[in-house]
Amino acid sequence: MRDRGIIWMGLALFLVFLTLPAWHNLSARVSAKGPQPVPPAGQKQCVAPVEYMRTSHMRLLLDWRDSVVRRGAQDYTSPDGRHFAMSLTNTCLRECHSAKADFCDRCHNYEAVAVPCWDCHMDSKTLLGSVK
Amino acid sequence: MNLTRQAFLRLTGIAFLTGAARKLVAAVTGPRWAMAVDAAKCATQPNCTRCIAACHQAHNVPAIPDPRHEIHWIAKEPFARTFAAEEDQYSPVRALPAMVLCNHCENPPCVRVCPVQATFKREDGIVAMDWHRCIGCRYCMAACPYGARSFNWEDPRPYIHNPNPEFPTRTKGVVEKCTFCAERIGTGRPPACVEACPQKALVFGNLADPQSPLRALLASRRHVRRKPELGTQPNVFYFL
Amino acid sequence: MFMLEKAMAGSRRYWLWIFCLLAVIGTGLVCYLRQLDHGLGITGLSRDVTWGLYIAQFTFLVGVAASAVMVVLPYYLHNAKAFAKVTILGEFLAVSAVTMCMLFIFVDMGQPARVLNVLLYPTPHSIMFWDMVSLGGYLVLNAVIALVTLRAEREEVPPPGWIKPVILISIPWAVSIHTVTAFLYNGLPGRSLWLTAILAPRFLASAFASGPALLILLCLLLAKVTRSPLFREPVQKLGVIVTYAMSISVFFVLLELFTAFYSQIPEHTESLRYMFAGLDGHTRLVPWMWTSNALALGALALLLVPRYRHNDSLLAIASGMVFFSLWIDKGIGLIVAAFVPSPLGAITEYSPSLAEALISLGVWAFGLLILTVLSKIVLAVRARSLMEAVK
Repeated sequence: MRDRGIIWMGLALFLVFLTLPAWHNLSARVSAKGPQPVPPAGQKQCVAPVEYMRTSHMRLLLDWRDSVVRRGAQDYTSPDGRHFAMSLTNTCLRECHSAKADFCDRCHNYEAVAVPCWDCHMDSKTLLGSVK
Repeated sequence: MNLTRQAFLRLTGIAFLTGAARKLVAAVTGPRWAMAVDAAKCATQPNCTRCIAACHQAHNVPAIPDPRHEIHWIAKEPFARTFAAEEDQYSPVRALPAMVLCNHCENPPCVRVCPVQATFKREDGIVAMDWHRCIGCRYCMAACPYGARSFNWEDPRPYIHNPNPEFPTRTKGVVEKCTFCAERIGTGRPPACVEACPQKALVFGNLADPQSPLRALLASRRHVRRKPELGTQPNVFYFL
Repeated sequence: MFMLEKAMAGSRRYWLWIFCLLAVIGTGLVCYLRQLDHGLGITGLSRDVTWGLYIAQFTFLVGVAASAVMVVLPYYLHNAKAFAKVTILGEFLAVSAVTMCMLFIFVDMGQPARVLNVLLYPTPHSIMFWDMVSLGGYLVLNAVIALVTLRAEREEVPPPGWIKPVILISIPWAVSIHTVTAFLYNGLPGRSLWLTAILAPRFLASAFASGPALLILLCLLLAKVTRSPLFREPVQKLGVIVTYAMSISVFFVLLELFTAFYSQIPEHTESLRYMFAGLDGHTRLVPWMWTSNALALGALALLLVPRYRHNDSLLAIASGMVFFSLWIDKGIGLIVAAFVPSPLGAITEYSPSLAEALISLGVWAFGLLILTVLSKIVLAVRARSLMEAVK
């Protein structure tokens, strides 16, 4: 019986921890509307169907990476027969997604994923800003 | 998946065999890249560092002032240091410059020791690096008998003053070195250092092609390689 | 299930010691976070000297870990009863040393987040892959053996039959971990200081001196703390082992010196000259190496004379000298000097930075914490059986 206070305190602490994500989101004013990335204007079709890109762009990029770095292949043929040079900065960013902050970053921030890509690969716009 | 075990095994076998065959064919028929450094030509411009500047600009090699943390892919060293064991004190070539870079050894110790295959030998002979995979253990730096490798002791970006967006920078904690401009020769261009040399003192070429200018030069002129006694078989040659 | 509860009750002095260790670990952790953020540039390492204190501590501690075999082998293969009470301590010492080894490798990584790439892309032609396999295996072997035999001791039943083959495997495995660690270094074409076939035997000899020396100190300490004669019994036997191993270790070093300086091949003498005399005025290692030499010779003088060795206090002093001498030799000199001069003949000197030293101390403190807790468990189990015996 003497432990009643401690038990209640423990339970309360547990509850606080359990609901911590909700409090955090409330205080950070995360909207329920979603990340709303801005697709590049004037472009209809990415290097693969949108549905695939939305769920699996990271797989495709990793595959590109391994093709270029480890197998020395540079050319990618999309499912609809177009050819692309496999390059994050020189193809993805330069040719379409120049507004990285409005596209890549929005979803990544929303999902709280930290991608290490930009530690090395340059976003042609923020390039000079990030590199002092 | 309607794949029977037999079909799966057959497919795996076929995939394995075609992979091995491709490797074999490429090794026999593909190019074998190499470089020659003409020290006498290089010496005509004693203060020239154009090859170094071109390489470091093309590959975003940082200019770190602290010599302990220095990074370089190609550097200028006198024969007296590069070939210390061969050049006695009376040698006429002691002061000649010898550009030092990764030798893209036929039998590279760095590739042998790397625990994650982040550095590996391509079919065309280039000792390539996968900076995505490097864990930064620096075993390759201990293994390289030429001091060709540099480590990113800190974030290199603040020291890259004029970045080239077409090539990535590196991040802290990975090893880097000359790649024989794999990204350029893939599109038919010569390495940046070769292109930049005003004296044409650097010759890049295909050892597998008997008609290549490099082979002709090697057949006609006496040349040396660094530390051949170690069995690494360097692919960078020096004309005296 | 690991009898951890036995480590949770102790005297004031015990807790004070634990908190001191935790404080050192905390300091190391803070420094490591800084290293994680800034990169390995906060250490004293450089383009020319790419491995330093961390890797050297790792090398030294693999030796300490391997030395558990020096009590396990006589006890299980030669029925040396004196070691009955210290085999478990030896195994726990190995557990703590291997843990430190792994931590030292980890703090040396430039990209620690990617360290599991070693498992993701297993590479049999890299010795580092085999080092990881052998160290991991050795950790598991010793932890299992020590816990199972200790539990049997607590229950006062003989250990289960299956543990015997496991113990037998652990004996050659101990030799393998230090052999593989030597192979890390002596298979490299450009580092003449390491390019010697006796590197592995040299590592083993110095390990079988430094590890048992530490065990002697541990036993004497525990004997003092618990006033129990059980731990004093094996000390003299360990003293003999240290004497032999230290003599062989010094002999091996002399072999290296002869080969290098009689052949006078520059590559083979340069690193040694840097260690013992300095190169071109660069003498940072010289005082350390001569301290190591002096300690080694002093320790041998004490150990080789039976009258001195049989005196526990002198044996303790000799053990401390052996340990410190070999720590300098392997934990500083052997790794750093192989990078001097560089492949292009440059001489870059290395000394660890403060942060690097504090991180290393933190790892050592973590290892000592493990050793303390595990020793405490052993003592608690033994104390109970002693009390029951009195009843």
